[in-house]
Amino acid sequence: MNRNLILSGRLFLLLFVFLGFIMSGCNRGPKSEGSGDFEASGGLDAETQAQLNTAKRIFYSLPSPLETAMLIKNAGAQYDEGLMNLTGNTSRYITSKSKALNLGIYSTDLSYASLFDQTQATLNYIEAAKKMADGLNILNAINEETIQRLEEHINNRDVIIDIISETLMNSSSFLQENGLEAVATVVLVGGWVEGLYIATNLVDENSLKDNKLVERIVDQKLSLDIMVNLLEESPEDADAMAVLEDVKSLKSIFDKITIKQGNVTAVEDPATNVTTLKSESSIHITPNVFKELRSKVREIRTSYIS
Amino acid sequence: MTKKGLLFISLVASMLLLPVAMNAQCKQFAKNTCKSGLKPYQHDGNYHAALLIEGEEAELYKTFYSDRNYRIGVCGAHNLKPIEFKVVDTRNGKVLYDNSLKDYDWKWDFTLESSQQLKIMVKVPIPEGNIDEPEEGCVAILFGSRDD
Repeated sequence: MNRNLILSGRLFLLLFVFLGFIMSGCNRGPKSEGSGDFEASGGLDAETQAQLNTAKRIFYSLPSPLETAMLIKNAGAQYDEGLMNLTGNTSRYITSKSKALNLGIYSTDLSYASLFDQTQATLNYIEAAKKMADGLNILNAINEETIQRLEEHINNRDVIIDIISETLMNSSSFLQENGLEAVATVVLVGGWVEGLYIATNLVDENSLKDNKLVERIVDQKLSLDIMVNLLEESPEDADAMAVLEDVKSLKSIFDKITIKQGNVTAVEDPATNVTTLKSESSIHITPNVFKELRSKVREIRTSYIS
Repeated sequence: MTKKGLLFISLVASMLLLPVAMNAQCKQFAKNTCKSGLKPYQHDGNYHAALLIEGEEAELYKTFYSDRNYRIGVCGAHNLKPIEFKVVDTRNGKVLYDNSLKDYDWKWDFTLESSQQLKIMVKVPIPEGNIDEPEEGCVAILFGSRDD
């Protein structure tokens, strides 16, 4: 009996050690696939090297809420507070999915407001984003100290943008480090949809030609496969799968838009060490497709903020 | 509680908490070392970092937009050799930048005439000579941008 107990204890210990190693592996980053394009330079034994060459980490990067807002501002868009989600809506968001989506949505609104120097709106939207982050138990992504710093520097756009960038990184890293990659993706999709909603509502469908904001909207087609791949990494997550359906419905409309791209040539300026990727491209979108896109974006965004 | 019991609990706790602690260090590394080096470009807030071992590779896919100035930063922990990275056109695999031709510079500044989806291929180099236990360290890939 005593011997059996000792054996059970040892087995238990082995099991925990094994679990520890498994967890170490699970937390080491995104999924792996494919084979390497780099040549091995020696050192490891052939077997280990072969294993490493076939295990490659894959990251998919979506536009962050801050980048989305920067693209809108950079395209010459105007500020329209009426296009942002009301901060009074925060109490509506009870589920994890709605909190994640609206963390992204409020983060885009926050970035949009701050880039246009809307101080009061900036303070209101960081509070709204904080409520969503707190609701998702994201520790210290946005804390009281963050808000205090924001208030102290409310008239310094550069510092404000830095603070927003830091809060986004805090949320994203917390979610990824705690195995909540699917939630992190849903947050980004929420922010991306909000950016698309704002942008498509700032464009007149009869003025599509030579319109920088239209170009930015059309450019989003280039990120759709990244978004689909990222969401498909979480087939066990019902929220990610629901959002994937929305993204696919948008993709079917983006598929009606044409982007023609020529070859890319990299030319470095030796004086500045900045490289220009030279290439030609053209886009084609009809007013009807634009209206269809705007309508679908509005439908999806309404479902997210309701 | 017996000594064996305490030892057992300590062992289990350290096994479970070790990965969490290492990931937290990875975030601090990305924030303190890599993000701060992006200046004067504005970090976009996205976080891409992982613990990689020598010889391991990673790829990142991202869309970059026309008429913006970008800085890609690929940073490796101090226990690793300078990280190799290439930037590739996802449509045809054409290499647009290779930091091995630039003395393994950790950053690359560029601008685009038209928006493109690019792939960043990263590899942690293997030191010369045989190594029984490859080193592991944090590798972060961060992006900064700014207007013209």
